[in-house]
Amino acid sequence: METEQRKIAFICSKGDLDMAYPALVMGWAALGNGIDVTIFFTFWGMDMITKDRQKHLELAPVANTSMKMRLMGLPTGTLGIPNLMGILPGMTAFTSWFMKKKMAKVGAPPVDEYLQMMVDAGAHLYACKMSVDMFGLKKEDFVEGVEDIVTASDFMDMTEGSQIIFI
Amino acid sequence: MTDLVNVAFNAEGYMTDPNQWTKELAEILARQEGIDILTPEHWRIIDFCRTSGLASGKAPTLRQITVGTGISIKDLFALYPKGPAKKVAKIAGLGKPEGCV
Repeated sequence: METEQRKIAFICSKGDLDMAYPALVMGWAALGNGIDVTIFFTFWGMDMITKDRQKHLELAPVANTSMKMRLMGLPTGTLGIPNLMGILPGMTAFTSWFMKKKMAKVGAPPVDEYLQMMVDAGAHLYACKMSVDMFGLKKEDFVEGVEDIVTASDFMDMTEGSQIIFI
Repeated sequence: MTDLVNVAFNAEGYMTDPNQWTKELAEILARQEGIDILTPEHWRIIDFCRTSGLASGKAPTLRQITVGTGISIKDLFALYPKGPAKKVAKIAGLGKPEGCV
């Protein structure tokens, strides 16, 4: 009955709150199915594992065509949040707070907790060397659970035979 | 009665009638899942899943198990390697767990 071990690798390149969740949800599901999970954080995606950023990921309403006012329960059809309103101070904080509430409602833990759950379940987390150099970060800037800072070439080596999902 | 012949399973290997479940059956199903001996720690999880699953009609998800029993994720994955929620659901005679977390 023993078949070849399935492996999935995610590349997280975005630091927006909404873009943090796909890898978390799918990665957690993969772990729940006995699949090996590796996550490589690059560029803005490193916010997901940076100590002073992880709990403060945001979702900006400006230039976000999917942000409709009805998300907040207003009977406004498909009307978007006007970009002009989005630039008001506090709007990004508001939409971020709102999205966090929506995520909690479906039982999804906050990003930091979710990632820790995944590490506990055996996921491997790595930061991208080039991005780390570019942003002047160090290993100590990352949360526990990030195993190493690796190059793109290392990533290719360690994900041989994996399915790779870029986010 | 520990004969699998009289027990109904669906195509994915989950029991279709939780009332057919017995503790002896759990031991057999566990061995099929690669767990040779069910320790008291294993049983604590199975008992929780049975209680929760029979009450709600749904096998609990990973997070529901960890929150409900207080067991850590690390320990849960150590007890039931590679997909604990699905494994326990099978061993506990419940259906496939639904839900993403």
